[in-house]
Parts: sequence; C-alpha cells; structure tokens
Amino acid sequence: MSTLVFLEHHGSGIQKASLGVLSKAASLDADTSAVIIGSGVSGLAAEAARYGAARVFIADDASLEAPLPQTRVDVIADLVKANGFANVLFGASVLASDIAGALSARLEAGLNWDLSGLAVEGGALVGQRSALGDTVLVDVAWTAEPRLGLVRSGSFEPTEISGAGAVETVSVALQEFSSKAKMVERAHAEQTGPSIEEADTLVAGGRGVGSPEAFSELEALASALGGAVASTRAVVDSGWYPYQTQVGQTGKTVAPKLYIACGISGAIQHKVGMQSSQVIVSINKDPNAAIFDFSDLAVVGDLHEIVPKLTALVAERKA
Amino acid sequence: MKIAVCVKEVPDPGPLRRIDPATKRIDRSGDRSLNTYDLNAIEEALRLNEAGGGGEVILVSMGPERALESLRKGLAMGAARAVLISDEAAAGSDLVATSLVLAEAIKRESPDLVLFGQQAGDSDGAVLWAAVADRLQLPVVSQVSELSIDGGKVTAKRQSEFGYDTIEAPLPAVLAVSDALNEPRYPSLKGIMGAKKKPQDVLSLSDLGVSADRAGEAGSRTAVSALSPPPSRGDTQKIEDDGSAAQKVLEYLIERKLV
Repeated sequence: MSTLVFLEHHGSGIQKASLGVLSKAASLDADTSAVIIGSGVSGLAAEAARYGAARVFIADDASLEAPLPQTRVDVIADLVKANGFANVLFGASVLASDIAGALSARLEAGLNWDLSGLAVEGGALVGQRSALGDTVLVDVAWTAEPRLGLVRSGSFEPTEISGAGAVETVSVALQEFSSKAKMVERAHAEQTGPSIEEADTLVAGGRGVGSPEAFSELEALASALGGAVASTRAVVDSGWYPYQTQVGQTGKTVAPKLYIACGISGAIQHKVGMQSSQVIVSINKDPNAAIFDFSDLAVVGDLHEIVPKLTALVAERKA
Repeated sequence: MKIAVCVKEVPDPGPLRRIDPATKRIDRSGDRSLNTYDLNAIEEALRLNEAGGGGEVILVSMGPERALESLRKGLAMGAARAVLISDEAAAGSDLVATSLVLAEAIKRESPDLVLFGQQAGDSDGAVLWAAVADRLQLPVVSQVSELSIDGGKVTAKRQSEFGYDTIEAPLPAVLAVSDALNEPRYPSLKGIMGAKKKPQDVLSLSDLGVSADRAGEAGSRTAVSALSPPPSRGDTQKIEDDGSAAQKVLEYLIERKLV
C-alpha cells in the first residue's frame, strides 16, 4: 500500500485538518507521502515530515499561486499516475472537495466523502462516515485503486510522527482548460485567532444571543479559552456574524474538543454540523431546548449572566 | 444563453429517511421532491436569462422515471424542458459513474453555462460539479454566492473558509451556486398548469452512448459495506443557574482538561 495526502496551506502554514489526515495516514501506512502545491511553498516541507510524510512532493510554480482546484488536479493526477498510489486523502475544505471530485473523474477513481474514520482491513483502506443527518454510521469501501477520500474536518488530531520527509520536486504540466479560471481577488478576511475548522474550542452563538453586539461576550470567552467564535444559519442570515463562522448543513462541519453552544436551539440543520464535537456544553434559557438532548452539559440560564462570569473565571485561572 | 441546470430528486428530508439494509442504498420509496439546493441553481439560471436577453434553461437529471414528477417543479418555475437519464443499469451509480452519465448528457446540449446547487440533500455530496467539469474539460467555480456574466465570461464570488474570493472564467463554464445566492421563486399557477406540457425527454444509457458497464454498480468504484447506529453521547448532565452555573461549568471543563 502507498498513500498520498494533499496538504492544503493558507498563508505560511499547513492547515491543521490536512496535518491530521497526514498523521493518521502515516499511522496506517508507513509508505505515506504528502504533496504541497503552490508558489513559494518549499519551506513547508519540514512541517510535513514532522507529521509523518516519508516523502514530500513539492509542486512550486507561479501558475499554482492561486488556490484554485483544477491546476492542482493536474499535478496530483500526474503524481498518482507516476507513483501508483493506492490511496489519495484530503482534509475536507472548499478547495479540497473540488480537487477530489475532479480527480475522481480524471482517474476513474472512487471517492468517499465526509469520512470520520479510516482503517486498514485485509491490506486495503476502508472508511467510516455518517449519513442522513448523522443518524447512521456507514462503513464504506472502495472497489478499486486509487482510493480517494475526503476526511471531515476535526476527525483526526495532528500528532507528530517523524517521517523521513525526503523532498522531491514535481514538474508541473497543466491542461489548457485547467488554467481558464483566474483568481481576480483573493479573500483577505481579517482573522485573529484560529478559524472555526482549526480551533480546539468553539464558542457558538445563535439567535438567543440577542444582538450582533452581544457576540463580543462570546468573543471574550473564546479568546480566554484560546478558541474561535462560531455561529448559526439564523445569525448569519440576520447579518450578525460572517458566513465563514456558520456551522451546520449549509455551513461548516466541525468537531472541536469543546463546543459551547450559547442561545442555540439545536435545529437539525445545526446539529449535523457540530454533533461530532468531543464535549458539548450548551447554555439556553429554554429548559426544553432541543440542543440539550445532545449536550454533555446542559445549563439552563441566561447566557448574558453566565458567559461573562465564565470568561472571568477562565481568565483568573489562567493568570 | 443556453443554461443546463443539473438537478436531483431526493427523498423528502425528515425523520423517515433511512438506508435500506438489504441494498445499502438510501430508501427512496417515500415522498420525494427536488433537492432544495437545486432550486437556487434553477432560480439563478432563470434570472440570468431574464436579465440577459433570453435563452433556454434545461434541467438535466438522472434517476428513475418517476423523478419527472419532481422535475416538473423546475419546469413550473420556468425552465423550458427537462432531460432525464433513466436506466435500470444506472441505479446505484457513484460519483465516477454519475459524473460520466451527466457529462455525456450535457455534451449533447452544448450549453453556455452549467449550474449545480451547492449539495445533494440526501447524500450530502458536494463534489459532482468538479467531476463533471473535468469530464467536460471546462473551468469550474464552486460555492458561488454572487455572479455576473459579461462579454462571454463569468465573474463569481466564491465563499471559502477564509472569506470571499473573486474568480473569473470564460464561458462555457460549470458553477455550483450557494443557497445564499438568491431566494427561489414559487411557481405560478400558470407555471404549474403548463409544466406537464413542456418537453420531457427520457434517455437511456445507450441513447448517450454510455455502455452499461460504466454506470450503476458496475461503473462505480465505491461500496457501502455495513450500517450501524451512531455511538450514543451518553447522559446529559443538567444544571439550572442559581448564580453558580459559571463556576460549575468551569469545574466541569477542568475535570475534562478542557481549560
């Protein structure tokens, strides 16, 4: 078996979700390689080695500067053809999903998505995913190589497993149609602290927070805990908080170590995006809020009382 | 413009959805409707043509013949006609097989633009457009929350984890639109009455020149091997705030080494 993991980078670092997939893959298959694609990215190879890559393929070219999927498909397809990888794995993201989808067609290779578990059975990769609003766990398999997999974010924590990290430079040959889409302007959202997919702790606010201003209470708690603020569809639709923070069916799926749900009723559309969180604490005035049914700790009370107090207590303890 | 919108009939969302333990496929025997996210794609196609001097909106779908009933909602909204690929041999198609069949159907139409909704409401898949675009060798942009078309090119705003990118691509192109893009219209009574009479072509795999071994389970590269209930979260510990809730939450977090 041999495995290739796509490492997505943003700014100067590799995404945590990618590193989580890499270290998981390396624990299952010693012959695991990583690929980093972009412009000016060779400096990221050392990080890939730290998380278990035996080989690190670097495709470094000005034509790969913009994080667009189709150029990356060309690079990965060539790598798979040249090296015959049995598995190609991705940490899910907007970019990675498009790459994996296109690669499936290009290589006539099966793709399983939303994977929250990976294992090796009888010498071949198998996976596990949730389906139908996370009401069923499905064991999935592939009937041929290469096996493509998109891993749900937060499923695997990056763990340092030192790999040989032998760097190989990849020559880049792009298809004509792959460069037709052009980045005109890249997102430069102001972001302090981790994104919601990367954070170990999320403090999430729903309509029950009451106003956009009151989100500052959640921001203070998130900052004290070293986490990020997440939101719900209703909050984003009301223009209270940016879309990038939206958790749920039409937003992100997250699985942090700790999810603190404030003023969130717990609609199914939100539940599917966060119920894989390790510990869920919810604060709600309504003792019958649906979110209490899938919380580990349910607090009936006024979040405007409890959140600032908790923030102060956490800060005090850390000081 | 000639715009192809790829749509899918899905089981109605709700507690009754289940996976058939025998076939390990989603049980589609209950009520069905058009995938909600596809309505945003249909709406956008209609608006583009209403604003840009007309054209034709064609619904393209794969599924059992009875899916025509769901497709009629799109026709009632204003799409001109529907093309449904319906073939016993296509049942159980995964991404590899589905993208092949849809790409072949789209090729026959040579549209200026191909639109998808942002995900399938039943399988939660959000990958099909990229596979179809690769087969058609066309540029693709997904998670489009704003778009405009001018001078033979599309300018699209893509929502990513990091904010909004602006991406430009020449037509023809494949786009997957976000449900934040628009509010789908309700079909008018006249639209509903007229939908049945609009052209609805049902094609087989051989009509498309796709051999049966490249579709359905034979043409698929993934399989479902087992189903199980998700692990239980265990019991919920409940506290009512009497002024000490914050302290109790802190203790709970400390116990679990989360602070």
